[in-house]
Amino acid sequence: MSTTVRDTALFGLVAVLLIGTGMIQGWNSALLILNMGLISAIMALGVNLQWGFAGLFNIGVMGFVALGGLAAVLVSTEPVPEAWQAGGLRIMAGLVLGALTVVAAVQAQKRLEGRTKTIATLVILVGGFFLYRAVFDPGKVAVEAVNPAVSGNLGGLNLPILLSWPVGGLLAAGAAWVIGKTALGLRSDYLAIATLGIAEIIIAVLKNEDWLARGVKNVIGLDRPVPYEIDLQQDPGFVERAASLGLDPVTASTLYTKMGYAILFTIVLLILLWLAQKALQSPWGRMMRAIRDNETAAEAMGKDVKGRHLQIFILGSAICGIAGAMMTTLDGQLTPGTYQPLRFTFLIWVMVIVGGSGNNFGAVLGGMLIWWLWVQVEPLGLGLMNILSMGLEDGSALKDRMIDSAAHMRLLTMGVVLLLVLRFSPRGLIPER
Amino acid sequence: MDFLNAVVAFANFVFVPGLAYGAQLAIGALGVTMIYGILRFSNFAHGDTMAFGTAITILFTTAFIGMGITFGPLPTALLALPFGIGATILLLLGTDWAVYKFYREQKASPVILVIVSMGVMFVMNGVVRFIIGVRDIRFADGERFIITAREFREMTGLDEGLAIKTTQAITVVVAFIVMALLFWFLNKTRTGKSMRAFSDNEDLALLSGINPDWVVKVTWMIVAALATTAGVLYGLDKSFKAFTYFQLLLPIFAAAIVGGLGNPLGAIAGGFVIAFSEVTITYAWKKVLVYLMPESLEPDGLVQLLSTDYKFAVSFAILIIVLLFKPTGLFKGQSV
Repeated sequence: MSTTVRDTALFGLVAVLLIGTGMIQGWNSALLILNMGLISAIMALGVNLQWGFAGLFNIGVMGFVALGGLAAVLVSTEPVPEAWQAGGLRIMAGLVLGALTVVAAVQAQKRLEGRTKTIATLVILVGGFFLYRAVFDPGKVAVEAVNPAVSGNLGGLNLPILLSWPVGGLLAAGAAWVIGKTALGLRSDYLAIATLGIAEIIIAVLKNEDWLARGVKNVIGLDRPVPYEIDLQQDPGFVERAASLGLDPVTASTLYTKMGYAILFTIVLLILLWLAQKALQSPWGRMMRAIRDNETAAEAMGKDVKGRHLQIFILGSAICGIAGAMMTTLDGQLTPGTYQPLRFTFLIWVMVIVGGSGNNFGAVLGGMLIWWLWVQVEPLGLGLMNILSMGLEDGSALKDRMIDSAAHMRLLTMGVVLLLVLRFSPRGLIPER
Repeated sequence: MDFLNAVVAFANFVFVPGLAYGAQLAIGALGVTMIYGILRFSNFAHGDTMAFGTAITILFTTAFIGMGITFGPLPTALLALPFGIGATILLLLGTDWAVYKFYREQKASPVILVIVSMGVMFVMNGVVRFIIGVRDIRFADGERFIITAREFREMTGLDEGLAIKTTQAITVVVAFIVMALLFWFLNKTRTGKSMRAFSDNEDLALLSGINPDWVVKVTWMIVAALATTAGVLYGLDKSFKAFTYFQLLLPIFAAAIVGGLGNPLGAIAGGFVIAFSEVTITYAWKKVLVYLMPESLEPDGLVQLLSTDYKFAVSFAILIIVLLFKPTGLFKGQSV
């Protein structure tokens, strides 16, 4: 079987799974899975860029995804003028002071020598920190006191939410630049721990800095790029068309909005996939893989290993940021409490490894396939447990236990899938070529 | 008198909790560092190994209490600990046989083993949830305090009280015993010496007739004991929740790396460095400062450098600083 046929068959399998889901569980669930699958595929593309192309071990995906979500809030919500009046400028001044402190400390590290260097850096950092707190804290308190039940934050720019997708990418890219500058020189497993830590810090910031995006009070009811179901149901033209297809208006409207999202996501995925393919086949892509396979040799050939690593780290993270903004748009809300590394970092890694690292199509396949599995494991597990415990009498402790445990099947299955693929097909379903 | 009050307040809110937390991190970091030194990869499943050991220990504790067996004033969990360790040893030896052995024989690169350990992490996380669920579980019984704040105040006549929880004292004592045993084992016994030789130079160790399979087996057994002990001590002191244990991975790795990966002494030092920095930076110092400063200078805020939710940021900042200036850690660690 030629490779093209094989790859097409694998994507066909995903299609069959989705269509099967549609026929058995309803088209709404199928479209729901498809939409998140498309977003997961984009995240997997980003991780594949970093790991597959360049061998960078980034397990801080969750942080970049959350930054994308933050962008959705900052771009699309309405500004809160009272909050800006109460302390907006103070907060901005505080942040600028904080940034200046870091820049000054870095400059001191670069320019000074010996003991003066250490002392100057410490003085700048400690003095800057207290100055920052003195300017920033009153502003933060004032802003968070403004009508805390509905706002308590500075609000956003009131722009169309579609704009937040590229902005999410930019935000993630900015964070990746800072992280890359400090941590990219480290060995692979140190970089892993460093990115893991940064992701946790980003989530901690989102949870605690209420002035930014209301923290754990969550921002709900974000704008949508597609029409609301309720508006569609009241549109006589739409109801008529739905009736002509033999659908009742409620089902038709939910399917219509989900289809809208699916089309938007597919467009973004195709653009990114096309760009990633172009990059992979360009001299730049070959250089990246050369650096990955042998850093010393690439360096001897005059390639700027550190610079290229920084570049691809930023690009990959930006893609994760875009996906994060898309996900928050789809959810219509930003809930920092729900970001967990197992779901947003390690699951994406499972997608990349299972799909095939180093191959963009592999990453996309892995994203769609593993997402389908992640969603379906629970009902499948429940079915399995029901069959297994059929012989037991109703109400027995073991039976209850077995049925309860179906809810925990997800993580176990993902682990087993990852281990099996690593063992028997370490290059993934669609390997690098 | 004010000075004494300040000292007591410091001891009560910073030193004693920091010491206990540091001891827990140190034992956890010892496990990570042992795996890194001998098996040469960063084990991401360590937090979940701790959770597994603790979960089994909790099951045995409940069973013991059900049978009426308790440990007097001490927590029953200490009686159940050996059973937890036994189960974890079986689990880790099983994992090594089923998963890691294949890659070791292939001489796979460390980063592959890290990804493999991610898979193991998923599986163990799922297994722990199967066994015990996702609830928050408190399983400490027996006396709660060695000395309560009120008793201390009545005894000394100071304004500030010093409360020492039984679990804190147990943590420190057990940690001391564990570390003493480990160093005795590594320095005095034949197996321990061969483990150190294997860690220093694998080829030379093999050449001198050290059995690598045995070394690996013993390492996993020690790691199981360390992980379970660390997990049970942490759970006794705070509470058990599968997700919290997964999150402990970050401070534990920070401790191991700050101390120098592969260096047991460094892991202990790193544990205390991380713990004390987390506690001091997130503590509201007002309570101590009011005794030390003249009234006119008393701070009006809480004098808290960072809110407690940012404790990850602290372990992480220390980690980055150490890595940038001393890439092999405070004590000389290995680098692969």
